[in-house]
Amino acid sequence: MTLPAAPPLTAARGAISLSGITRIFAGHIPAVDHIDLDIHAGEFFTLLGPSGCGKTTLLRMIAGFETPDAGRILISGREMQEVPAFKRAVNTVFQSYALFPHLNVEQNIGFGLKMQGVKTPERKKRVDAIMELMQIGQFATRSAAQLSGGQRQRVALARALVNEPEVVLLDEPLSALDAKLRAELQIELLRMQKRLGMTFIFVTHDQHEALVMSDRIAVMSKGKIQQVGPVLDVYEKPQNVFVAEFLGLSNIWPILSAQGQTAQTALGPLEVADVHLARLCAPPQAPEAVPPPTPGRLAMIRPEKIWIYNDAAAPTGRPNMFPGTIREAIYMGASTQYRIELHCGQFVLAYDTNNQAAERSWRPGENVAVELKPENIMLVEP
Amino acid sequence: MSAAKTEVEYEAGRQRLRLLSTAGPGLGWIVLFLLVPSAVLLGIAFFSADDYGAPVLPLSVQPFQQVAGFSLLGWDSGNIVIFLRSLQQAGIATLVSAVLSYPLVFFILSRPASIRPLLLLFIVLPSWTNQVVRTYAWLELLGPDAPVTWIAHHLGIVPPYLGLAPGSFAVTTGLAYNYLPYMIVPLYASAEKLDWTLVEAGRDLYASGVKLFWHTVFPQTVPGLLSGVIFVAIPAFGDYIVPQLLGGDKALMIGSLIANQFTETPDWPYGAALTIIMLVLTGLGLIGFRILTKKIGGGEEAAI
Repeated sequence: MTLPAAPPLTAARGAISLSGITRIFAGHIPAVDHIDLDIHAGEFFTLLGPSGCGKTTLLRMIAGFETPDAGRILISGREMQEVPAFKRAVNTVFQSYALFPHLNVEQNIGFGLKMQGVKTPERKKRVDAIMELMQIGQFATRSAAQLSGGQRQRVALARALVNEPEVVLLDEPLSALDAKLRAELQIELLRMQKRLGMTFIFVTHDQHEALVMSDRIAVMSKGKIQQVGPVLDVYEKPQNVFVAEFLGLSNIWPILSAQGQTAQTALGPLEVADVHLARLCAPPQAPEAVPPPTPGRLAMIRPEKIWIYNDAAAPTGRPNMFPGTIREAIYMGASTQYRIELHCGQFVLAYDTNNQAAERSWRPGENVAVELKPENIMLVEP
Repeated sequence: MSAAKTEVEYEAGRQRLRLLSTAGPGLGWIVLFLLVPSAVLLGIAFFSADDYGAPVLPLSVQPFQQVAGFSLLGWDSGNIVIFLRSLQQAGIATLVSAVLSYPLVFFILSRPASIRPLLLLFIVLPSWTNQVVRTYAWLELLGPDAPVTWIAHHLGIVPPYLGLAPGSFAVTTGLAYNYLPYMIVPLYASAEKLDWTLVEAGRDLYASGVKLFWHTVFPQTVPGLLSGVIFVAIPAFGDYIVPQLLGGDKALMIGSLIANQFTETPDWPYGAALTIIMLVLTGLGLIGFRILTKKIGGGEEAAI
């Protein structure tokens, strides 16, 4: 195998660079297929995808449990091809936690330090410090079997963090917990990461979890990366149908033909904006030009970006205003989800927040008009 | 009301019958062939012996004094030596079979799942032939003209005109060989359930090689190892055939000593007393082992 010349060793501690990573299990299609990816030092990076998309295999290759069939992995600028798992400054939080059942909490956390030859006084100091930080000091002498799910999760995280690794890998660490605890631990994990400034690579199939926690997300499917970017970009500007649908609900119509900024779809003519608007985020993003609609691409709009008006009170003289009838209203607490049949026969899905419930809620059978504002319509690849 | 009560009584009767018909044969077997003979043995141990070694009145504790080494000629350490030798032989045989079992078990586990039962069968297969036959085979293998012995001659371990058998080495070898399957099978059962994620966690946390095995694999196989130790050590301790054929006079073990009291130099009460003491010691050993197992299994004390 010939490798391209190594880049200069300027990469920051905790930065990861993957190029051409491929892993093929005997007799199968590639589990990971030519992945190029750069993960910045100190960021919370999420690999998101359905089960079997290759995200766990990719994580295991970074950990050193799997060897890539092709490609190279750089961690903090160092080649990892010949480096076995036990020599990588990378620690993993396993999905099953994998706490050693014959050791107590303290011994579990201190295991990595002990194996590295850190002497007892120093080891005890560091283990105590991390237990203090994770608020698990009172369980120090308990065995793993005597802990609840959330406590185990904390111990598993502490066992990784105490080694002060360059990168922490987390393989669906919250999937075994109930919803409330999960939400708590998401925030806790995030705070811990920001506080310690370590690179976290988080694997999940839960799009909500990915949105809550990540700085950047890579959406994976069938061994390939579909899109990489900041959370906001991936959600608001998906590049293809898979990403759009995996990250949330969406209304999608194929573009049949196009003229200028007007796309012809099953809804009829649809006006599309020629720029993405500036958004409130840090750093603020300037408006950005987008290519005009072309046949073969699809028009996509998120349900919460659809405006619903009372039929009679709908503003006139605006583009993309479609009359229709409410067919289904599902009350979901903070918002209500409507299924609306347009006069052209197409259905749209729309969310409306319940901030002024009495005035702004509709019942099935009511006639309404929906507005698909041009700037809210995204053009995606199939 | 009374009819219902009768029905309940019938049901209770049927349950008793079911219990008796299922557990009965096994219990009957144990009573007839274990408890009754043990009771008879216990009784015989308190009789005196006549000139032909048969038990006769008056009742006496002399057989137990004999076990402890006291006779008309004063105290003799012979029995203590035999007891300690039995313990040592069984201990070494157990250790050897455990050390041999680990690589074998993980070799079998590294093979495709479809051929593992076949490989296990090969392990168990030899025990389908008679132990006496297999032990005689070892007598040949370790005899004066065998290749192994030839190597031993050249290394100066044994004088040129002698074989490795009979002797202590032959007994240990025979015992370890004979009881190896009883170590492999329970060890395999626990190794099969091994949680490999823990091994990965160990690798992730900077352990490798022997350390990795010791900290992540070994603790998981301890339950299997402990059952294996019981299955090997106890029968090896009381084994008769192996020391009899491979031991000669130099390596007499407790099993042979007992057998002698009923055959060559009959003394039934003494033989019975020896048997009772051996049973009691084995029982005590088992209890001690249970306590140890519980401690290790408890997790808190396992300072591995």
